Amino acid sequence: MADATLDGQPTTAQIAAAIREEKLKRGKRSAFFKHIFLILTSLVMIYPLIWMVASSLKPDNQIFGDIGLWPSEFRWENYYNGWNAMAVSFTKFFLNSTFVTVLSVIGNVISCSFAAYAFARLEFTGKNIWFALMMMTLMIPYHVVLIPQYVLFLKMGWVDTYLPLIVPRFLAGDAFFIFLMVQFFRQLPRELDEAAMIDGCSPFKIYWAIIMPLSIPAMATAAIFSFIWTWEDFLGPLVYLNDMQDYTVPLALRSFIAQDSVSAYGQLFAMSILSIVPIILFFVIFQRLIIRGIAMSGLK
Amino acid sequence: MAGVELKSVRKSYGTLEVVHGIDLEVVSGEFLVLVGPSGCGKSTLLRMIAGLEEITDGVISIGGKVVNDLPASQRNLSMVFQSYALYPHMSVRKNLAFGLSNLRMPKSEIERRVADAAKILQIGELMERKPRQLSGGQKQRVAIGRAIVREPQLFLFDEPLSNLDAELRVQMRVELASLYNRLGTTMIYVTHDQVEAMTMATRIVVLSKGYIEQVGTPYELYNFPRNKFVATFIGSPKMNMIDATVTTGRAAVPDFGALDLPGIANGPVSVGVRPEQLIIGKEGALSAEGKVTLVEYLGSEIFVYVQMASGQTLLVQTDGKARHKIGETLTLSMTPTNAHYFDAAGKRIPVFDPAA
Repeated sequence: MADATLDGQPTTAQIAAAIREEKLKRGKRSAFFKHIFLILTSLVMIYPLIWMVASSLKPDNQIFGDIGLWPSEFRWENYYNGWNAMAVSFTKFFLNSTFVTVLSVIGNVISCSFAAYAFARLEFTGKNIWFALMMMTLMIPYHVVLIPQYVLFLKMGWVDTYLPLIVPRFLAGDAFFIFLMVQFFRQLPRELDEAAMIDGCSPFKIYWAIIMPLSIPAMATAAIFSFIWTWEDFLGPLVYLNDMQDYTVPLALRSFIAQDSVSAYGQLFAMSILSIVPIILFFVIFQRLIIRGIAMSGLK
Repeated sequence: MAGVELKSVRKSYGTLEVVHGIDLEVVSGEFLVLVGPSGCGKSTLLRMIAGLEEITDGVISIGGKVVNDLPASQRNLSMVFQSYALYPHMSVRKNLAFGLSNLRMPKSEIERRVADAAKILQIGELMERKPRQLSGGQKQRVAIGRAIVREPQLFLFDEPLSNLDAELRVQMRVELASLYNRLGTTMIYVTHDQVEAMTMATRIVVLSKGYIEQVGTPYELYNFPRNKFVATFIGSPKMNMIDATVTTGRAAVPDFGALDLPGIANGPVSVGVRPEQLIIGKEGALSAEGKVTLVEYLGSEIFVYVQMASGQTLLVQTDGKARHKIGETLTLSMTPTNAHYFDAAGKRIPVFDPAA
């Protein structure tokens, strides 16, 4: 051996160092392959998005004809033209979407956490039956209730308004969020409620001052999902909104695809890119709350 | 300060009754400890007094006022929980002030009380911290602080020291005792630890399976246990129980021989001897021989397990300087007036008790 001592034998320290070095090398090599694998998989995942970004900058005739991602010429005007392509500007569509989404998120978080608090903490007759019924609604596909719901809202005269999109959110209609929060509330120690009770809190005050501040991760999760689902919802607005003045962004995007004439795909993709910006922003802001919430636990 | 009175208080969950008609009077200003094995209903009883658990039947009054239908917050009491139940998202200061601000107390008064409590419990420098930044002992102090700022007429403690390590537990025990001396408020304290019970209580209530076994001062409980359950539950190590039979005023005690028990009906009787009252040697009136099977050395004292000829193992507590070996033959003796006697139903027979 090259690094042997005088009597020809390596010292223990040398052997240990050699083993450590070997381990380190192997670790580095495996980390390298791990990263290659992860990068490739994420490329597959993110490819549609990259394709969309590329297409939003291409001239229309190159979008489906050209295999290369890189546009031969950058059509930045797709963004400007797309924004104003309709009779109504996208400013209006974004405002409409924001209006519907913000109210839906607020409605969902407040009403579902109320319902969840009741299921998790309060005693009332038939609690288990109500809970089971609520869970059963999870199994009914949206499309099944779509028609009865439409008839209902039609009779109430709510069609062609935002009410069918917003009011149900304030009525704790989403069993998934309720279930999510019930599970979260249940793991908060009951002694906190009891301490608050002795401290003179009403059930509402316990919810407001103790349970809710401690459930920020659950609330943030519900808010993120609720935001994404409402923002990208196409079917609801399609069914209930008829006037272009009221269109939300997904509905407006649909209008780029013309049945009888040439569709403006470049503009469509440009606007699609813009439409996902709020989702990404919202996620980035609120996922911090999820992490902070987890760091805040440690009750014992 | 207020007394508490319980009249045939019952609690059932569905058809299962867990507390069977408890009658208890807590004198104003006393430190009452509820003690018993787990599942005996002591915590349930405390929670019923607190108003966290509804009572199925009976009457609870605090300070002479029936509180059956009064919510917890209006019973003018404070409770310290086993897990401390500090609000994790509030600073220590907010934790202390939260209950007071719910009472719409003026800010200056809240500040004064919080500062007082901080001084008493020496948590002044922790005021801006969150509970997760506190050690177990500090959390415990804050939990007690939250109880005392309300200046209640009654304190309730639900096994408050059981989450602390041994050393801290001893320290907090001393602090709690001095807090009691300082405030003089009525305190009801639940524990399964009889050392806590014996050292802090003015009176102890021993509970078992939803019944009160005995209420008395630590001295009474130790020296005059009313039944076999209390006799074996109070005192560590446990009291030795020797089953004997009485015929015409004389008991045949296995290994130890005959013993005069004047005026006791014929039948089985249990003779209870505390380990420290068994004497190694022949000084006692009754003696017997046995073999040492185990020696536990604790430093200040030694526990010697001695197997008697009848097969029963007796536990003897002796001086820490004594030397005993496994396999050694020992002579044990006892003084009949120091022993406790229980009838077949487990009730105390006051043979040698001083007349009350």
